[in-house]
Amino acid sequence: MAGLMSGFGGFTHAVVRAIPESLAKEALRTGSLEVDLLKAQKEHDEYVSVLKHRLGLEVVELPADETLPDCVFVEDAAVVCGDTALITRPGAESRRKETEAMKDTLTELGLNIVEMTDESATLDGGDVLFTGREFFVGLSKRTNQRGAEILADTFKDYAVSTVPVQGCLHLKSFCSMAGPDLIAIGSSEAAQKALKIMQQMSDHKYDKLTIPDDLAANCVYMKLPGKGDVLLHCTPEEFPESAKVFEKLKDHMLIPVSNQEKVKVDGALTCCSVLFSKNNNI
Amino acid sequence: MTIFSSGHLSVLCVPGVMTTEVGSETDVKKEPEKVPEVPQQTDPVQTDQPDKPADSDAQPASASAAQQEQENPSAEPESQPEASASPEPSSPPAAGSQKKEKGISRFLPPWLKRQKSLSQEKPPESPTQPKSESLKEEEEQKSEPKDQTDGGGAAAPSTEKTEEVKEVKEVKEVKEVKEVKEEESRPEEVLVEVKDKEEEKSIGSADTQPVREEKEAESEAKEGEEKEKEEEKKKEEEQVIEQETSVLSPLKLNKKMKMVVCHVTLLDGSQFSCEVEKRAKGQYLFFEVCEHLNLLEKDYFSLSFKDNAEQRCWLDPTKEIKRQIRNSQWQFAFSVKFYPPDPSQLTEDITRYLLCLQLRQDIASGRLPCSFVTHALLGSYALQAELGDFDPEEHRLDYISDFQFAPNQTKELEEKVVELHKSHRGMTPAQADAQFLENAKKLSMYGVDLHHAKDSEGVDIMLGVCANGLLIYKDRLRINRFAWPKILKISYKRSNFYIKIRPGEAEQFESTVGFKLPNHRAAKRVWKVCVEHHTFFRLMSPEQPTKAKFLTLGSKFRYSGRTQAQTRQASSLIDRPAPYFQRTSSKRISRSLDGAPMVNVSDYSHAVDSALTAGAGENGPALELNSDSKSPQVEVVEKPNAEVATSVTNESAFETDKGGAAAPERKSKLRVQGENIYVRHSNLMLEDLDKTQEDVLKHQASISELKRSFMEATPEPRPSQWDKRLTGSPATTLRLQAQGVPQKTPPHPETDSRDASKSAEVKPEVNGQPEVIEVVEETVVIEEVVKAKPKSPAPEAPVTVETQSAAEVKEERSLSSDSESEEEAEYHAQPPSTSVSVQLIKEEPEEEQEVKLIQQAPPTVVESPPITEAEPSEPAPAAEEEKAAAQPEEEACTDKASAATPDDSPNGHALEGEAPPTLRAVAEETEEEPHIVNGSVSRVETEHLPQVICCSEPPVVKTEMVTISDTFAAQKTEISTKEVPIVHTETKTITYEAAQLDGNGDGEPGVLMTAQTITSESLCTTTTTHITKTLKGGLSETRIEKRIVITGDSDIDHDQALAQAIKEAKEQHPDMSVTRVVVHKETELAEDED
Repeated sequence: MAGLMSGFGGFTHAVVRAIPESLAKEALRTGSLEVDLLKAQKEHDEYVSVLKHRLGLEVVELPADETLPDCVFVEDAAVVCGDTALITRPGAESRRKETEAMKDTLTELGLNIVEMTDESATLDGGDVLFTGREFFVGLSKRTNQRGAEILADTFKDYAVSTVPVQGCLHLKSFCSMAGPDLIAIGSSEAAQKALKIMQQMSDHKYDKLTIPDDLAANCVYMKLPGKGDVLLHCTPEEFPESAKVFEKLKDHMLIPVSNQEKVKVDGALTCCSVLFSKNNNI
Repeated sequence: MTIFSSGHLSVLCVPGVMTTEVGSETDVKKEPEKVPEVPQQTDPVQTDQPDKPADSDAQPASASAAQQEQENPSAEPESQPEASASPEPSSPPAAGSQKKEKGISRFLPPWLKRQKSLSQEKPPESPTQPKSESLKEEEEQKSEPKDQTDGGGAAAPSTEKTEEVKEVKEVKEVKEVKEVKEEESRPEEVLVEVKDKEEEKSIGSADTQPVREEKEAESEAKEGEEKEKEEEKKKEEEQVIEQETSVLSPLKLNKKMKMVVCHVTLLDGSQFSCEVEKRAKGQYLFFEVCEHLNLLEKDYFSLSFKDNAEQRCWLDPTKEIKRQIRNSQWQFAFSVKFYPPDPSQLTEDITRYLLCLQLRQDIASGRLPCSFVTHALLGSYALQAELGDFDPEEHRLDYISDFQFAPNQTKELEEKVVELHKSHRGMTPAQADAQFLENAKKLSMYGVDLHHAKDSEGVDIMLGVCANGLLIYKDRLRINRFAWPKILKISYKRSNFYIKIRPGEAEQFESTVGFKLPNHRAAKRVWKVCVEHHTFFRLMSPEQPTKAKFLTLGSKFRYSGRTQAQTRQASSLIDRPAPYFQRTSSKRISRSLDGAPMVNVSDYSHAVDSALTAGAGENGPALELNSDSKSPQVEVVEKPNAEVATSVTNESAFETDKGGAAAPERKSKLRVQGENIYVRHSNLMLEDLDKTQEDVLKHQASISELKRSFMEATPEPRPSQWDKRLTGSPATTLRLQAQGVPQKTPPHPETDSRDASKSAEVKPEVNGQPEVIEVVEETVVIEEVVKAKPKSPAPEAPVTVETQSAAEVKEERSLSSDSESEEEAEYHAQPPSTSVSVQLIKEEPEEEQEVKLIQQAPPTVVESPPITEAEPSEPAPAAEEEKAAAQPEEEACTDKASAATPDDSPNGHALEGEAPPTLRAVAEETEEEPHIVNGSVSRVETEHLPQVICCSEPPVVKTEMVTISDTFAAQKTEISTKEVPIVHTETKTITYEAAQLDGNGDGEPGVLMTAQTITSESLCTTTTTHITKTLKGGLSETRIEKRIVITGDSDIDHDQALAQAIKEAKEQHPDMSVTRVVVHKETELAEDED
């Protein structure tokens, strides 16, 4: 029986969502870059393929919704930990409805659903960093204190610490977990500052993997049976220096995944899937 | 160095130049001897309280010299009875004692019974003379109980120590005060008898040989009295009282053995009832419970009770239960205090089981939040542990309805629990418990003690104290965290709680974070919990009580138990077959409360009590005790060199060792004996805040010089620490310290004292790390709202002025240091590295002249709780106001001081024995920080300026210390008020010192020049003069220390008495200057105080 906080990264399922054509023009973005829809869709297909075929996860693909240009970034719609899923209330008004499909899907998958109904609360999954031991919630333009509180109420087993996020969209815009107790962190001042806060707030001592490029610090870690530590990370084409850092992780199965197009609309690797385990918890 | 025992007034005259005693190896050696003295002094204080058990009384009595006894009787007739009652070590004629016995036996059966019991316990020495039992015997008795409790091996050493201490006391100590106090409390009848006795004494006995004479006289008198009538009036009033009460305790004659039944709710919900002596300390009851539970790894646990405000408070093991619970019921809960971060490291299954029970409670009550799944998982382990494998036939679905797994238990949860329970097949109860703990320990709120508070902006937050530090929550979110290593100091003032944060890499200055607690008590509670958690989890060994702080105000509360490291080590030595214990559902057990075992502890209570008192007892009475005295102290060290450090270290190590192996009792003793480990920072957080950068910088710059000199002296000082401490400490710092003692928990608004103390601390680190020398400046302003002041019709208010030898002086200081102000307390976090071996050596200026006035007010005075409450409510800003208000007091003090020390300019601060009521009233609300102006570091070595120097700890390097002190001398004023933790006694110490030239002190023992006692109707004045001659570099220095003990009614004009004493001192030695005046006042308060 898997106990509390065991099996970090031991995902069995993934929920993803197709890219709507509206993404190219209507998706929210902090920059103003043009997105090549076809390229983006191809990237996404590869991403899903890695999850499904290479890693053997059970992948649930939700159809795109043209009225929701950002719907491909499913991470923001739900936070799943253990067998409980918190359906968020995204900070961007235009994304609120993305949660509906997510909720239905996760319900069907047998997760305990907790909905964030408080009108004053906002939370994007991209602001939630789960380390396996605790949560860090970035307080950003998309996520507020109330949203973090509800998350804390939902996952009572874990400490939930707040981290101010400035200068970028989400907390995970510059960091992510690259392994058990290993935090990949960008090199920017904001990223380093956030890391310090996280370190101070935690009773646990995390290792850090400093990545030259903030955006490259967002990677996807899994620990899969038969494959060991798996890491989806940036490609050398996009971030050569950062890729080199990842390549030093000898014990990991390293899978470079292109994210050139989605990054233009602030999409990172973790954004495109909701990963969880259906059988590791009771 | 002079340490004054409470209740003594000593005046030290030093010609022209003040000399500090030179700390030398010899001094160090001497220290142990001295140590015992301290306890003596302390004892009196303890005794002050009427409630105090006979033990304390007996000890002092026995210890007291013949002179003292003489004095006592003369001073107060009442005292004689006690003396008679108390065993006298000196060899009273056997016949006399026998006579007494006979007489007593005839008339006082109960008494005889007691004696018999006593004699049985101590068969060897004085079987025939129960009354004349030697102190040693008593000690033995005490020790015996301890041994039993702890389990023999460890106990022996402690006993020996105690004996030594007592002996010392005998030699030096005066029990007068105690006796007087006790007498006061006693019925009039007793008084009459006493008078008779006195008369007899005067007639029959020469003044010089008090003990024998007294006894004889007493015996004769008794016989006569017996014939005449009532046994009740007899010497042993206590006995009488006891008889009346119909509660008899076999142990001691003197003591009133009132037994009280304590109800303890155990973790499984069952009730444990236990009869304890009314004055028993928390430790006694705790041990009883642990014994009942068959628990060895008990350091993680403690007893708690609910105070009047329904707040859960931890029972301090070193203090009397009664004082702590006040008017609450004798109802306690046995629970986990320190949650082991890794329960798998516990040695015994029974310990894990108890921890499981606690966690189940925590979970069911919602205190330990967890998710549905976790509720279910933990619940299933609980079922497996208690019921074994799931049995489909026996276990229907409702079989678990008896269990509560969650605050809101749903059917769904129960089903989940059952489902999981089934999966645990084959798991043994112990395994199930282990699994339970493995999961529970990961919960984020595991072991987090939450306290409601507000941040600086008034936002509601929660402070969570845990093994790793302090967590700050807003709602459920963790918004900040301060790990212990990050925290330099923890303090509280009124209802504010402060932590001083170690500066980060890039930061230059420490920062202080303040929180507002609902009230003063809450602030103190958080502070205490922090101190305890820090010590338990972060240090290798507990810090020693802050004995040596001379004029430091505030709580000296420290965690006295074993640290986690120590308990782990100790438990690794546990060698017993796994004890059998029955796992029962808490629910089910709680239903059957009937069979609660009753244990009568009366026999032990005394012993334990006495032991505690003698040893570690910080408790109220214990001021005295201060255990400091007992502890080997390296008080005087000429140079802060490695040698000194080493010696200290060794001692500490020695102590530590004992502690580790020893039973809990030992610990307490250890604590007493040990040097203070913790580093004191004099800075007051508030002040720091108030100060501007410039000020800080300026201050720092000025101090830098001092620093340098210190640094040079010491091998490898840590700059960082220096910086921190020095920087932090403004020349003038207001500092209020409150004691964390639970009993005292209630704020003692009564006492406002101001005291400026400067001390330098040398802290050697054993680990081969560089030695750290710390200079601490402390200015403590304590405002006394004297509750006791209403010197009510107290039967007797003794004012004692005594001159003590230098050796004694130190001890006295320690005593004085005991003073507490509930208002504030500081605790300086120490790095773990220092913990075991590192001990701080604190320097105290020795040359000061001290006049101590001890005034004891009758119990009539009651501290008003309302005051306390009011204070908490006051916003932080109020503090300043308070300060301002306090000034008047200071002035008054100054006046006195000036009187005391002619040389000194009016600026000198003398403390008043008692502040006038008006002043007091003001003081309550105000605190003053008078010396700020001077505060800038002016290294004035002007010795003649009246300067108040407070050394928190015994100075290792005196010279250094002095220098530093001088720097702060500008402040000149030091007033410290001590509040004795004891409910019944209020102690106030005021020290006035002239600046001292150098730190070289002389360790030479003083010579007792004169001892005289003057007795008037209500006033007894005893003057003892010690003259010490020192040869320093060809200069001969003579230091005269006078201790004047004035004992008398509350009506006594203490100020006048003090002025007179000083005047006389000056007249007698016109060519000398008064360098230090310490006034120590003890007042008996009503019990309600706490």
